[in-house]
Amino acid sequence: MIKVRIPTPLRPLTKNQGEVDIAAATIANMVETLEATYPGIKARLCDDSGELRRFVNIYVNEEDIRFLKGKDTALKAGDEVSIVPAIAGG
Amino acid sequence: MEFTDEQISRYSRHILLPEVGGKGQKKIAKAKILLVGAGGLGSPAALYLAAAGVGTIGLIDSDVVDLTNLQRQILHHTPDVGRSKVLSGKEKIQALNPDVQVSMYEERLTAGNALKIFSDYDVVIDGVDNFTAKFLINDACYFANKPLVHGGILRFDGRVTTIIPKQSACYRCVFKQPPPAGLVASCQEAGVIGVLAGIIGTIQATEALKLVLGIGRPLTNRMLDFDARKTQFREIHVKRNPKCALCGDHPTITELFDDGDPYAGCTVRPDTQPKAVRL
Repeated sequence: MIKVRIPTPLRPLTKNQGEVDIAAATIANMVETLEATYPGIKARLCDDSGELRRFVNIYVNEEDIRFLKGKDTALKAGDEVSIVPAIAGG
Repeated sequence: MEFTDEQISRYSRHILLPEVGGKGQKKIAKAKILLVGAGGLGSPAALYLAAAGVGTIGLIDSDVVDLTNLQRQILHHTPDVGRSKVLSGKEKIQALNPDVQVSMYEERLTAGNALKIFSDYDVVIDGVDNFTAKFLINDACYFANKPLVHGGILRFDGRVTTIIPKQSACYRCVFKQPPPAGLVASCQEAGVIGVLAGIIGTIQATEALKLVLGIGRPLTNRMLDFDARKTQFREIHVKRNPKCALCGDHPTITELFDDGDPYAGCTVRPDTQPKAVRL
């Protein structure tokens, strides 16, 4: 199982859970697994072509997946994935 | 410059610190720090930087104080509703510490005025409330080669990071470009717990003072993420992105530009009523 940290704006989709534990082998797999359990979440994370949105960052154990293997980044048991959207308030 | 007895007394708790001392306090007295936005983040930053004895504080804000601001924008008081934010801010800063020079810019930051204003300062603090301005500040700091302390707040979440142009990851390295309209909530539509502005704004002020003093380890290549509900800080590692359009190996942004709608990415504009929000 991996732990996925859900940012506040997406928590209405995860029954207000800030962290969810799921089984997934890659980031792409994680998105699909999340979508199966929490319908609607994929559209928030990915654009119409299925690519991750440019203003949403995903970190595996605090490392940006863009510097790993993007959506193909492998996940192993115990990994923590953070979904970090930009926020603009000031 | 020499301090008066009164100034030595006023700044004694700084001067006592080996990391600051009289020498450091003089650096603070000579420092010029620019606050873009005299709102939630700018308010606490302005007050602590004023108290610290920063020589010149610049305030950029084109807005007037609104009643809805007072829940978190502590630079402004109830009688200030309807008054210019920069004027209200200048009065509070100088009441707190008459040593501080305040430069007022009662205008919106644009590609046209940013570099000229930024060139007069040592450090820039981002306290604006929209993505377009946050990207503009990031880009202007890059071209003006000024350190930037970025902050953002929404609901119970806060972010802060320090950017040294050409050395550490910039805001565009991390978030690339403003989101399309309607996808990210603003404080206007989603709310913000007022004291969060104090927490993030004072971290920004701390970072600015450290840069001025040249002490400690700056919050570069790290984005601090604060969850007020859990009272939990997390540090996210960020890196310079070789593909960054601004500071990467093959930049496509070679001059400042206005990205049009200052509220791009927000579901509602400040002058309309809140409605349902997405991410």
